[in-house]
Amino acid sequence: MSGPARFTADTILPLLEKWLDVEFTFYKVEDLAADIAARPRTEQDFLLDWIRRIATTNIEIAYQYARRAPALLGRMDWRMIEAWALHAMDTYDRSGLRAALLVIEGVESFAQQRHARVAGALFEDIDGILLTFVRGLSGRRLGLAQADAPYTDSETLFLPNVIAEMESAEDNFQLAKATVAMLWAQTRFGSFRADLSAALGATAEPDRALRAFTALETLRLEACIARHLPGLHREMQRLKALLHQDVLAPPWQDFAATLAGAGARVEDSLRLLAPAMAAGEPPRFCYQGEFRPDAVAERMSARIAREKMLLRVKLAELLEDHRKQEREHAPARESAPRFELSQKEDVLSDTGEMELTLDGTPLTPPEDVKALLTSIQLDLGQIPDEYLTPAGPGEYDLSLLQPRQPDPDEVWQGTYHEIGATLYDEWDYGRQHYRKNWCVMREKEVPPVYDGFVEDTLRRYSGVVKHLRRSFEAMRDENRIFKRQPHGDEVDIDALVEALADARDGREMSNRLFTRMHRAERNIAVMFMVDMSGSTRGWINDAERESLILLCEALEALGDRYGIYGFSGQTRKRCELYRVKRIDEPYSDLVRARISGIRPQDYTRMGFAIRHLTRLLTQVEARTKLLITLSDGKPDDYFDIYRGQYGIEDTRQALIEAKRAGIHSFCITIDQEARDYLPHMYGAAHYALIDDVRKLPLKVADIYRRLTT
Amino acid sequence: MNARTLDTEAYYVEAEPYYEPTGDEVAVFEAAYRNKLPVLLKGPTGCGKTRFMEYMAWRLKRPLITVSCHDDLTASDLVGRFLVKGGETTWVDGPLTRAVRSGAICYLDEIVEARKDTMVVIHPLADDRRTLPIEKLGILVEADDRFCLAVSYNPGYQSVLKDLKQSTRQRFVALEFGYPSPDLERRIVATEAGVDMDTAEKLVRFAHMTRNLKGSGLEEGASTRLLVHAGKLIASGIAPTSACRSAIAQAVTDDEEMLAAVQELSSSVF
Repeated sequence: MSGPARFTADTILPLLEKWLDVEFTFYKVEDLAADIAARPRTEQDFLLDWIRRIATTNIEIAYQYARRAPALLGRMDWRMIEAWALHAMDTYDRSGLRAALLVIEGVESFAQQRHARVAGALFEDIDGILLTFVRGLSGRRLGLAQADAPYTDSETLFLPNVIAEMESAEDNFQLAKATVAMLWAQTRFGSFRADLSAALGATAEPDRALRAFTALETLRLEACIARHLPGLHREMQRLKALLHQDVLAPPWQDFAATLAGAGARVEDSLRLLAPAMAAGEPPRFCYQGEFRPDAVAERMSARIAREKMLLRVKLAELLEDHRKQEREHAPARESAPRFELSQKEDVLSDTGEMELTLDGTPLTPPEDVKALLTSIQLDLGQIPDEYLTPAGPGEYDLSLLQPRQPDPDEVWQGTYHEIGATLYDEWDYGRQHYRKNWCVMREKEVPPVYDGFVEDTLRRYSGVVKHLRRSFEAMRDENRIFKRQPHGDEVDIDALVEALADARDGREMSNRLFTRMHRAERNIAVMFMVDMSGSTRGWINDAERESLILLCEALEALGDRYGIYGFSGQTRKRCELYRVKRIDEPYSDLVRARISGIRPQDYTRMGFAIRHLTRLLTQVEARTKLLITLSDGKPDDYFDIYRGQYGIEDTRQALIEAKRAGIHSFCITIDQEARDYLPHMYGAAHYALIDDVRKLPLKVADIYRRLTT
Repeated sequence: MNARTLDTEAYYVEAEPYYEPTGDEVAVFEAAYRNKLPVLLKGPTGCGKTRFMEYMAWRLKRPLITVSCHDDLTASDLVGRFLVKGGETTWVDGPLTRAVRSGAICYLDEIVEARKDTMVVIHPLADDRRTLPIEKLGILVEADDRFCLAVSYNPGYQSVLKDLKQSTRQRFVALEFGYPSPDLERRIVATEAGVDMDTAEKLVRFAHMTRNLKGSGLEEGASTRLLVHAGKLIASGIAPTSACRSAIAQAVTDDEEMLAAVQELSSSVF
């Protein structure tokens, strides 16, 4: 056999001892080393590589993996073994050691599930398409989430993690789609307009009654879908036939015929409940959704109250607007305003239009009012008259209307949770893989401070500012007319006159007779990422703030779009980005006060900041996108492996991701040791080292100019 | 058949274009025309702005000069320029100048696409002066009484660069165009594409689904024009779902996932 020589047990043993830390863990690795030594080199490489990678995460998982993996090599796809190892590490990140060890032990069931997953429709693969699908259908704006079974609480549709009832992947997707459509139909065609809990409670066997009701409603909704979405209905019939669920027992055929009528409502299903329960076990349909009356009732009661209030407040606003306009044309008329809503009789039709009138004149309701009217109508079947009375002043507490924005700081006062945060992956270089949803990132606002810092800075650097403005103005894009061009859009009359004179004179005529408009368009969006770690306390913080002010002055003259964010954090659970200036925010007094309010915070975790700002930058349309970091040292975090190689590698990986997204990164640092790690992170030419903090304000704008011309 | 070649100001709309009024826009336009006010048509793409202009040109019996604005359109593309002929420079009027001189309707389509400097040349034409200064000739052309300036603009674009300046927009009588009501749209699609009412209704229903998606991944829902295209394909024997795919889904998005979702919607309707 060719290729590199095999490792012997003597080489392998010390490696395992080191990685698995046997000095303290007392694992027996001699047999393991002997086993691995007897294998071909490719298998040795594979095993050793993964043992080392897993050991960086947790030694016990690595040891358990090492004991099982060699035996699997012969009979399992290697990619499956990799997936198993990664799954174990993800589980460790998420749920701790015990759960991870269960994954390691359960390799067989993992492999089985994996096979089932190949053909199944996985929620995470299809939720994007299905959410768009459901939003395209009419009605309330619904969400889509994962749960143990398909059901809806009337605002969110829930689907199980995987749908694998059908054989092929395509059919499983279609089944998922049909299930979603069925859940949508429950909200759209009024399944929740009756008091289901009461009806079920009145029967002797609520469970069986619920099953029967589910079947009846599914039949009714199927008929609704057939009327509105015939294509989908055909598809549902096909799926049903594949699973042999298309034949109904005789009494159920009658029920189906009754419920297929265009006027059938949920009450009709309830009326058939008793006969249906007498008619034997109800049929089951592959795409039926569960009914969970409690979940729906909770949502509905809250929503109905909220939407009534909202609608009445919005109508009051509408009235106010209307009055204002009218007052300009005619004298005010103080009769009681009367909103009326007329609509076509056919409630089931998608094309049924609602018309809102105020004292007889039609109004075009804004989109949000329309959405409200639709939602209320779905719940109640119609808009009751009292809903159309505009709210009087002070009748409602308006603060109740605002969806409560969780305050990022409040999160820390109770038990820990991740509400309202964005999660980012982090690169684990030991594992050579991402840790999923590792960093919990929150955007916070820098509290503005009006302390005269800005004015002082501008006064102190007034000469520099003037100079910067001038030199940056010169870089502005402008349309210049190039004269005497061989091609162009206008005749250059001067050149032509000369050329004609030349020709008369017997000399050769120039062909450069045109003017051309030259457009040099700067189309740059830049994001400044400012180190707000504790180490910037004092001098450095002042210099950073001064730099930002000078930079803003220069950039305002230039017209480039720019955003400023500070970053800091403490452990992966608390990664914070401090918003100083959004990219589309004007450079206002508030922004200046925020710059002045930048204060040193905690540590320097960088990966999440780069990832988040990259995401923000990708939402901006610009030809050139730049991410510029102002920093004072290497990535670091509080008693965390982030300190050292791990942090450098994660930052590097985040920058590589940014580059893939078409963003150029650059780092300006004052760390005199930066040469040791910055070239590795940013690339040899993508950083600038400033040896004197006091020069920072002068240099930053200068560096920016060099970068962008 | 031979393609006809016409001078721009000799282009009269001879046959009555098919146009279904959605409100009182015809009366408003006529009143503006009589009062020599310029008109601004607002609305999403493909909702019938250009068709409306053709219809009005036909009603008013004036030639229609349409200029589709693009981001390299300069003022001289509108006003005119010097050309060289046999050692002499000669002035050639641009489309706007021709319309001003001959009393035509000049329709600047998608005005915001044009360069900023273009906008200012229409300013003196768009207020009560109704004059067009031609700087290079050192003259001022007074507009013919029958001249009319109309521009169109799609406020749906989110780019700040494509916003109309107040100084421009406040010179115009604005007419807002939206998608027609479902009944009307169904009639338009059936008439224009030659499909039966049932197919037209399904197309309109599908269009509403895509319009529901505006803001959740689509910049703009399917326009009436796209429905007509799809309808024409269907009338020529293409299967409805593939007609929707080619004429509508692919036209509104390039995003794979969005395409798949839109496709699922169309296959649900047909």
